[in-house]
Amino acid sequence: YRNLTHWLKTRSVSVDLNNDASLLIDIPDALCERDKVKFTVHTKTTLSAFQKPEFSVPRQHEDFIWLHDTLVETEDYAGLIIPPAPPKPDFESPREKMHKLGEGEATMTKEEYNKMKQELEAEYLAVFKKTVQVHEIFLQRLSSHAILSKDRNFQIFLEYDQDLSVRRKNAKEMFGGFFKNMVKTADEVIISGIKEVDDFFEQEKTFLLDYYSKIKDSTAKAEKMTRSHKNVADDYIHISATLNTLSADDSTFYLRLYKVEGRVASDQELKLTELLRYYMRDIQAAKDLLYRRARALADYEHSNKALDKARLKSKDVPQAEEHQQQCLQKFDKLSESGKRELTSFKGRRVVAFRKNLIEMAELEIKHAKNNVTLLQGCIDLLKSN
Amino acid sequence: MADTARDPPPEQTDFQELEDGEDLFPEPAAAPESGPASLPAEDVSTNSNGPKQDSLFDDDPEDLFAEATEEVSLDSPERDVLLSDGPSPAITPITPPTSVITPRIESLTVPVSLQIEEEEGGDSFDIHIAVSDPEKVGEFSGTFWHLRDKQDSSGTSLSVFKQGEFSVKRRFSDFLGLHSKLASKYLHVGYIVPPAPEKSIVGMTKVKVGKEDQSSNEFVEKRRSALERYLMRTVKHPVLLKDPDVLQFLESSELPRAVSTQALSSAGLLRMVNKAADAVNKMTIKMNESDAWFEEKQQQFENLDIQLRKLHASVESLVCHRKELSVNTALFAKSAAMLGNSEDHTALSRALSQLAEVEEKIDQLHQDQANADFYLFSELLGDYVRLITAVKGVFDHRMKTWQKWQDSQMLLQKKREAEAKLQFTNKPDKLQQAKDEIKELEGKVQQGERDFEQISKTIRKEVSRFEKERVKDFKSVIIKYLESLVQTQQQLIKYWEAFLPEAKAIS
Repeated sequence: YRNLTHWLKTRSVSVDLNNDASLLIDIPDALCERDKVKFTVHTKTTLSAFQKPEFSVPRQHEDFIWLHDTLVETEDYAGLIIPPAPPKPDFESPREKMHKLGEGEATMTKEEYNKMKQELEAEYLAVFKKTVQVHEIFLQRLSSHAILSKDRNFQIFLEYDQDLSVRRKNAKEMFGGFFKNMVKTADEVIISGIKEVDDFFEQEKTFLLDYYSKIKDSTAKAEKMTRSHKNVADDYIHISATLNTLSADDSTFYLRLYKVEGRVASDQELKLTELLRYYMRDIQAAKDLLYRRARALADYEHSNKALDKARLKSKDVPQAEEHQQQCLQKFDKLSESGKRELTSFKGRRVVAFRKNLIEMAELEIKHAKNNVTLLQGCIDLLKSN
Repeated sequence: MADTARDPPPEQTDFQELEDGEDLFPEPAAAPESGPASLPAEDVSTNSNGPKQDSLFDDDPEDLFAEATEEVSLDSPERDVLLSDGPSPAITPITPPTSVITPRIESLTVPVSLQIEEEEGGDSFDIHIAVSDPEKVGEFSGTFWHLRDKQDSSGTSLSVFKQGEFSVKRRFSDFLGLHSKLASKYLHVGYIVPPAPEKSIVGMTKVKVGKEDQSSNEFVEKRRSALERYLMRTVKHPVLLKDPDVLQFLESSELPRAVSTQALSSAGLLRMVNKAADAVNKMTIKMNESDAWFEEKQQQFENLDIQLRKLHASVESLVCHRKELSVNTALFAKSAAMLGNSEDHTALSRALSQLAEVEEKIDQLHQDQANADFYLFSELLGDYVRLITAVKGVFDHRMKTWQKWQDSQMLLQKKREAEAKLQFTNKPDKLQQAKDEIKELEGKVQQGERDFEQISKTIRKEVSRFEKERVKDFKSVIIKYLESLVQTQQQLIKYWEAFLPEAKAIS
């Protein structure tokens, strides 16, 4: 994994998120052992909350999940869009292919086998890059958020130089994922049943629900498309290997063409599919905010009814009043913060789409021009003979 | 086992000796079919008909409904325009056939001009052969293929074609019949006869039933293209070009029905039996190869066969995956359009719609490219896989010829021994008989040796010709294919360059 380390070192830090010098986070290094990926989380900070100005800790994927879940389950953050948790590193696809390749080794020439192996290693690397990126972005979203960056657990995550697994277990025992489950199962019912008083939220609700289903569909279709593209690239590998065996002249162009086709597939993947996938998850996080607010509204309505009942019965009125006040406050706080979050979310989304679409188009053009040069060279060569 | 039923072919010292109308080789009823492997394999027959009343029905069961015939339109002043049972033929210039069936790559149907250079005589022919789209004639017959030949010879005395341009109507079974005749005449003396396109009961059934859909259109185009390539290869062969059956095929307005192409006819059955017998024989012939060239070449062709089949399989996979890519791109395009509609930020919404449009255009590109993958590359490979089978068949014939010669020799030996024994007995009649037999056998042995030398010589020539043609063929097709790839890439550049400002316009 020499290549990965090199890539990690030469990569410029994401411009959007990591621009606040008071807290800079990146993942400069990652190791893959069997299925487990060990990320090195590196922090540079001027904040006094931390013990040292610069430090690194090793973290596993599960640690990131723990952090995300604790944030979701923190009441104070109910009015914020919690950045979506990074997905689990998935090496299933290249691993399966590697397995198949091993089985089919006998049927192909040494050269073909080596090429396929190279291609698979590149795929492995791409998955690796992807997972580092999403884990990094998750942390950077947190560090650039005014409120979340100050979260105690976040600080522990960055700084604590021991294994976090003990904390992870405790957290599981404490919450048991109860809160999370509640959110998931009740969401659609609650959000559609609530009578919205605020135009802004009404519009957002409509928009987000619709947009979510559309982007989910686009993500799936984009994934299929890039998979097909990969299949085409793989075919070129076989073709080039066989042409090689047949004659020396024919094969040279194919040798390089497959590389370019393969790379186009993985660049597209990184840009378009990842963009869609990320925002699909982000929109889910925004929807979660809406649900929490809707639930707060429901609570408020219940508390109103309870207060009326209490007044009727002339029993426990002060408690009921206080409860109602609390619910109202909570709801207002959520609405205010929610509005802020959703507005900045839109801006963020537009910027990200713009950047990725531009980069994708530029890459497509670059690769196509490359291909033309290669192909034309081969045509000229063949014609001149 | 020596095939004693067949008369030894007459001597042939010069390849140009075949004259018009003279059929030097009696068509044996049991001609071993070394051509397309599909003929005997097609014993899945839909023949469930009883007595055949209509002449239209006595061809292949497969061809019951759909015969490929071509429009006859004779341009030449000497000929009358003949009307068959079809619509009036048109005097048509050579243009790419335009019909309902429009494969996306029009250039594939443009007739190709062939330069045929005779090795000996120096004639050069310009033959354009285009097989154009089939047309339905009559209720029960299906498709008739248009075959247009434009031939202008350079006017030498050996020119066998009349000048001008003319077209004929031919059925698919006619093509098969032509191949069958050529195979029976030339294969066993060492000529590599190009195999005819394969039959396909499934594909043809769809066309018969009148199903006008994508797959049946594709099938028709696939067949049309295959027939064209088949004919072009046949006429490129200097010897086959002069064969009277070929000439008749290209020129005659009407051909006698090819009856022996039925899968389950007696001829067909005989072919199958012979093919099986051949396979067994091949295993038992152990030839003392004195000529290293043949041993080398055979090995070469074995390797080539394996590699070509592998390549063919990979390219077929490529075609399949590219079609899938096209479908998935189209689906994505639609989805992106929906997403764009849903997007409330105006500029981003527009950009997403643009993205959807670009992807739609790219889908089209993928489809075109898949066609090129197929028609240029995949079909070429398929043709060559079948051609190699023909080449291997020719080598096998040489072995059989050798075997026949050896058998004659052994028999002669035996007879001589027997005659020696008879010398001591008092049976003058038997002795005379033995002497006569010996004389006859001596002739046979000599003939056998000559045959063997002849076939070896022919094969050498054929193989060298084949190799030259193969290199040329592959080169020209690969260049065309690469050019198609270049075109695709250039289009991609155009599309993405048009999209880029839209993406940049998002604010």
